[in-house]
Amino acid sequence: MTATPTVTGRDAVSASRPVLPGGINVLGTVPFFAYTAVFLVLPTILVAVGAFVARDGSLTLNGITQVMSPRTVGIFATSLWISALTALIGTVCGGLIAYALSLSPAGSLGRRVFTALMSVTAQFGGVMLAFAFIATIGINGLVTRLLTPFPALTPDPGFLSSLGGVALVYCYFQIPLMVIVFLPAVEGLRPQWREATENLGGTTWTYWTRVAGPILLPSLLGSFLLLFANAFSAFATAAALISQESVIVPLEIESALRNENDLGMDAYAQALALGMILVVAVVMALYAVLMKRAARWTP
Amino acid sequence: MRRGGAWFRRVVLGLALVYFLVPLASLADFSVRFPLTGKVDGAAWVALFGGGEADRLSLLREGLTNSLIMAVMAVVISLGLLLPTMMLVRLRLPRMIKVVEFVCLLPLTIPAVVLVVGLAPVYLVISTKILDSNTIWLAFAYVILCLPYVYRALDSGLRAIDLKTLSETARSFGASWPTVLLRVIVPNVRSALVSSVFVTLAVVLGEFTFARMLARTNLQTALFEINLSDGQIAAAVSLLVLGGTIVLMVTLDLVVALQERRIRPSTRSDVS
Repeated sequence: MTATPTVTGRDAVSASRPVLPGGINVLGTVPFFAYTAVFLVLPTILVAVGAFVARDGSLTLNGITQVMSPRTVGIFATSLWISALTALIGTVCGGLIAYALSLSPAGSLGRRVFTALMSVTAQFGGVMLAFAFIATIGINGLVTRLLTPFPALTPDPGFLSSLGGVALVYCYFQIPLMVIVFLPAVEGLRPQWREATENLGGTTWTYWTRVAGPILLPSLLGSFLLLFANAFSAFATAAALISQESVIVPLEIESALRNENDLGMDAYAQALALGMILVVAVVMALYAVLMKRAARWTP
Repeated sequence: MRRGGAWFRRVVLGLALVYFLVPLASLADFSVRFPLTGKVDGAAWVALFGGGEADRLSLLREGLTNSLIMAVMAVVISLGLLLPTMMLVRLRLPRMIKVVEFVCLLPLTIPAVVLVVGLAPVYLVISTKILDSNTIWLAFAYVILCLPYVYRALDSGLRAIDLKTLSETARSFGASWPTVLLRVIVPNVRSALVSSVFVTLAVVLGEFTFARMLARTNLQTALFEINLSDGQIAAAVSLLVLGGTIVLMVTLDLVVALQERRIRPSTRSDVS
């Protein structure tokens, strides 16, 4: 429990002077690293190794071959475009909301409550969110009933369990996430920059295309990537909406785990998971590069 | 220009508010409306709070109990693990700060659905050789999911205090390390602890992926099952959990804001 078990209570100077050999201090970090090794590092290694090992311990490329099959490649493609689409919608709508929010007086009650609401809804993804949308535009949903007099506008009952429906529901947590991650960047825009543009004879258009736009671009792209990874990893929402077939990768992983006794599926779940790790790793690497650029303008 | 900005702001924020509140309102409406006839009836709420239908709700009760126990376990383990470690690396092993940070933020980049594939064999060993297949042991894995958020909360809390001076002073008065931790540091990072507790609570109560994939029963998997037979109850419980979380988080944020306002003027006058 204590950080440095070897230090006795009366040893008053020990806090200021590193009288102990460094090795003993390192011992204090063992619980943390042991715990994360078992529950974080080990599972990740098991995924990476498991993608190439059959149940009997022999090496196999079965999992990788399965992932390369046209069907699975199609599932990956669906996952990628639905993540890109919802990330794009989230970036545009969330960006506008973040900018609108930055115009309201700083520290006002309304702004605080709205920001807090955004940070909660950004975490909403999941079963309960799916229920909320079923209650809104499902067969007996509130909006569906209100729109019944206008048949042209009434949402199709099967819409929610289609890809379009899943995308719409994803936006509910993508947009707030964008607001949260992008707000610091728009708050960093200084009024002086706009005034300087106007003094030099620039229009609003000049300001956005030549000043604010280039400054915000790295954070904008970075936020897009973050939203992309967020949608790509989401499982619960889709699981609650789609029950028939595996249209996106997380759902396919679920069914692969379920059918693990099927010999033909050896190492398939692990190979799928490894594929997801690779996609997210590329996205996060790009994100790190962009954030480095964005950091120039945020104090 | 100014007037245009104000209109833009009001329209955008108004539309956003409608988009975010309509599904919640729909949940409330759905929970009191009988699906086929559209008649209003409060049966779901009566069943939830009036009792009587124990069978129908036993799964839900089991899930909720498990989730609450796991939330407590996750809070205790994550704080017990992280706070001493973060204190130690800050005071004695500054070169390890980055390593600890990297490990703590790692779960953000590994999707839960990927992690669970690797956790399945780990939990197979836990449930057959070490403990048993009780749902509550999932709390060990939930600690990992909460790690980034707890780390960030504690990090900003520890940044705000002078850890070195506080612990040196306490040590020179003869305090033991546990005393330094529990009676000096903990009271000083109180608000960071509170926010990490709330975040952990929100993550654990909302967790579905691990429990579903490892075939355990928590609040979310129970809701998932109940929705198949009784949508009204599922809607009512979802509304309670979502509404509860929103109220909790917004209140927490306002409390923190008020505290900041109270602290800031005094520190400013100190400086000047």
